[in-house]
Amino acid sequence: MIKKFFEDIGRYFMLMGKVFSHPERLCVYSRRTIFEMEALGFNSIALTAIISAFIGAVVVLQMAITLESAFIPDFMIGYSAREVMVLEFSSTVVALILAGKVGSNIASEIGTMRITEQIDALEIMGVNSASYLILPKVVATVLFFPLLTLFSIIVGVVGGFAIAYLTGIILPGDYIEGLFYCFEPDSIVYAMVKGAVFAFLITTISAYWGYYAKGNSLEVGRASTHAVVASSVAIMVFDLVLTQIMRA
Amino acid sequence: MIRVEHIYKSFDSRTVLEDVSVEFETGKTNLIIGRSGSGKTVLLKAMVGLHGVDSGSIYFDDVCYTELDFEHRKELRKQIGMIFQGGALLDSSTVRENVRLPLDLFTKMTEGEKRDRVDFCLERVRLQGADRLYPSELSGGMVKRVAIARAIVLNPRYLFCDEPNSGLDPQTSVVIDELIRDITREYNITTIINTHDMNSVMELGEKIVYIHEGRKWWEGTMDDILNAENKELNDFVFASAMAQRAKSVKR
Repeated sequence: MIKKFFEDIGRYFMLMGKVFSHPERLCVYSRRTIFEMEALGFNSIALTAIISAFIGAVVVLQMAITLESAFIPDFMIGYSAREVMVLEFSSTVVALILAGKVGSNIASEIGTMRITEQIDALEIMGVNSASYLILPKVVATVLFFPLLTLFSIIVGVVGGFAIAYLTGIILPGDYIEGLFYCFEPDSIVYAMVKGAVFAFLITTISAYWGYYAKGNSLEVGRASTHAVVASSVAIMVFDLVLTQIMRA
Repeated sequence: MIRVEHIYKSFDSRTVLEDVSVEFETGKTNLIIGRSGSGKTVLLKAMVGLHGVDSGSIYFDDVCYTELDFEHRKELRKQIGMIFQGGALLDSSTVRENVRLPLDLFTKMTEGEKRDRVDFCLERVRLQGADRLYPSELSGGMVKRVAIARAIVLNPRYLFCDEPNSGLDPQTSVVIDELIRDITREYNITTIINTHDMNSVMELGEKIVYIHEGRKWWEGTMDDILNAENKELNDFVFASAMAQRAKSVKR
């Protein structure tokens, strides 16, 4: 198992070498990047919005219950909700959710191309198939996911405001005051950097499992599962590393 | 001309090709036939570089493919067209985009020139009007014809076909066979077809190589094959009741 793990790591880096070398035509790649932005980025907006809005609302409710004390000012609820959304939820949890959606999509798409010989067909044409298929996805997600992270923060905070306004558990003014309390713009940058790193991990790891899929549709399913599991583990490991590097 | 010399290929401990040497001629339809699992697809994929070989050499005219580095192989591959068993069209691209892809990546043609070239190739395979369809909207025969159009769009010198008739009805198979034969003669290219369709063998077999258990077992033409005194070849060629009957009628 350990041998297999190191073999996978080695093959992953070899694949990355292929991905980032010899792009054929930039105009073709830029067209594909725009297409991938739509497929992997824009199509994830609705899911991100729904989850972020509900989590933002739930966080405010939970905070209101937990922090119910005469010694803790109400604006702390808004402050806590913001910190939760910015520091962990919108980058890490959204990345985990997208690892499921985008990661399985990438692995199954490339895996199917592998077993139906579409990748072989590209290779025969003289195309660097790894670069042609994977690089536009990497560029698209690395550019788009930080924006998705920012979008998630905004929607989450708005979701928290909505629940505060609708239930009256906290005055909207207190909530807004909490949102701006001790606000560090760097934390937004930190969240977006995490979004970009996680996008890279999700895309490349999922592409790796798809690219080396072999056999039949069952194997594509397995590749898809491996992609989601491996991406999720990598996200958690790099979350720890990035937090230590950027926040400690 | 493509020449294969003393090719050996094994997967793990299983030998799939053993000392195969054969020459495929330019301007002719060369057929590789053999039972399933005999090693003919591995031979075809070894020739185009999708499988490395354990030993032996593959020559494309005077160029030894097996000794080329990555960049030179890539250049040579631009002269190779290949039709895969399932077509291998890119699912997310339309017929036009599939045929146009090699032009986008490897030529400096203007938009107009590319459009004309794609139109010409689609017309050549009688698929004008289907250019906006996606592969999932095409019939099996149409998929094969798009694959042929894509394979010839860069004017290749070598054309490889892996079971081009599999899954097609007899009439469509004849259309595909005729198309491949006409293109081979028209452009004077070296065409190698991997098949176990006996109708194709009798229609196209200007040169036939029979592979049995990873070895070259027999070599000849479509005229020779009917009178060959080779038990394994006869067992393979005349396996069907129709072929046996045709043979007895001929005699």
